[in-house]
Amino acid sequence: MSYLSHADLGGRNLAGPIKAEVEGEVFHAPWEPRVLALTLAMGATGSWNIDMSRAARETLPDYAELGYYEIWLRGLVELLKARSLVGEDELAAGSALHRAPAVQRLLLADRVGEVLAAGAPTQRATTAPAAFVVGQRVRARAGHAPHHTRLPGYVQGKAGVIERLHGMHVFADANAQGLGEQPQWLYTVVFDGAALWGDAAGAGVAVSVDAWQPYLEADP
Amino acid sequence: MATDAYDPSHDPSHDPSHEHEHEHGHGHGHGHVHGSEHGDEHSELSETELRVRALESVLTQKGYVDPAALDVLIDTYQTRVGPRNGARVVARSWVDPAYREWLRCDATAAIASLGYAGRQGEHMQAVENTPSLHNLVVCTLCSCYPWPVLGLPPTWYKSAPYRSRAVKDPRGVLAEFGVRLPDHIRIRVWDSTAELRYLVIPERPAGTERFDEAALAALVTRDSMIGTGLACAPAAASR
Repeated sequence: MSYLSHADLGGRNLAGPIKAEVEGEVFHAPWEPRVLALTLAMGATGSWNIDMSRAARETLPDYAELGYYEIWLRGLVELLKARSLVGEDELAAGSALHRAPAVQRLLLADRVGEVLAAGAPTQRATTAPAAFVVGQRVRARAGHAPHHTRLPGYVQGKAGVIERLHGMHVFADANAQGLGEQPQWLYTVVFDGAALWGDAAGAGVAVSVDAWQPYLEADP
Repeated sequence: MATDAYDPSHDPSHDPSHEHEHEHGHGHGHGHVHGSEHGDEHSELSETELRVRALESVLTQKGYVDPAALDVLIDTYQTRVGPRNGARVVARSWVDPAYREWLRCDATAAIASLGYAGRQGEHMQAVENTPSLHNLVVCTLCSCYPWPVLGLPPTWYKSAPYRSRAVKDPRGVLAEFGVRLPDHIRIRVWDSTAELRYLVIPERPAGTERFDEAALAALVTRDSMIGTGLACAPAAASR
C-alpha cells in the first residue's frame, strides 16, 4: 500500500510571504477553537495516538490547499470514520444515528487541567545501549518510507554529526502504524548548511533534526 | 491566575505594517487564491462552520466529549497559556545564573519549577543566543511548538512558506521579520521532528542592568523565543 505524506515541506521552494502576527491572535474564525478542543478531547479518549493523528493529517490529498485547522478538522473526521465512531451520514444529519462504540476514556471538564499538565511524555526506560556517541558522523538513510515517518526528505542521504543523546523514545514510525511503541534511541543530529544546500545557501548555517536510531547509519 | 495571563495587545516587536496584509478567515497563509475552486469565501466558511457544529453535536450526543471540557480547553489556550509564560522563563534566566544553568542541564524541570509543563512541552530544551550564534526553531513536518511556554503557534509558524524556507534560507526568513544579522553570526536552525520542544533564550538587551524580572519579561516577545525576533530594546518597551 502506498503512503504519501504531503507535509514534508523543508527546503521546498514554496513562494509566499510570511505574515507576522500579533501575540494573542490565536484563532481566526469562531470554528477554529472548536476544532482544537474537539481534537484534544477526542485524543484524550485513547482511540488513537498522536502519531496516528499526524499520519491522518499529512496524508490528506488536498493538504496543500487547506488551512491549518481545516487540516485538523479533516484529520479528526478521518480518524473517527476509520474507527466507525462517526459516520458521514451522521455528519450530514448533524446528529447521532448509530449506536456509539465505547471509547476508553472521557475527558471531563474538571480533569482538563490535570490531563494537560501531565501531557504524554515519550521517553521510555533504557533497554539497549545507544549505537552512536556524541561527535560521531552519521548518515541519514535515504528512500521512501511506506508509512508515517519523521525523517525529513531534505536530510535523507546527508551526513551529519551526533550532537546529543535523548534516551529512548516512542518510535513514531511504529506507533503511527499501530505496531506499538517500540522505543528507540533519539539523537539530535546536526547538518552543515552547505552539505544540505550547497555553499551559497548554507554559509554559516547549521540545521539539526531529532532522529531515531533506525533513521541513521554510521558514516565511515 | 493573573501572573499567567498575557496581554495580547502588547507585542513590541510587531511591525504594524504587516497587519493590514493579514488575511482573516483562513488562517493558513499559503498565499494562494481559494475563490476559483471553492466559490466565495463566505459560503466556504459557513460550510466549514456547519461541519464543525455537526461534528460537535454528534460527538456530544455519543458521549465522546464533555461540552464543558471543550470550553475549559479553549479557555486554557485562548486566555491562560501563552508566550508570557516563556517570557518569565527567559527573564529568570537573565537574572539568575543558577537558574540559567539549570535550564541548560534540564530545561523541562527548570521550566516546570515556574509552573509550566505538560502537553507539547513534555521534553524541553532551551537554546541560548550568543553574540556569535542565533537560534531559530521550526517544524518542517507539521507545527510542533512548545505550548506550555508559548501557547498555540502563530499562523505563520504553521504556514508552508515558513516551514519550507526556514531550514534553507534562514537569513532570508529573518530579514522578512526585520532581523538582519551580520554575516559573522552563525545561525542554528532546530527542526522539531520528534517530541523535543525548543525555547530560544534571546540575548538580554543592553541597558537593562537595573531592570527587575517583570520589566525584563516585558521585553521578551514571542518571536524572540522562536528565533524570528530579538528581545526589545528598553526604549521600545517604555513608550
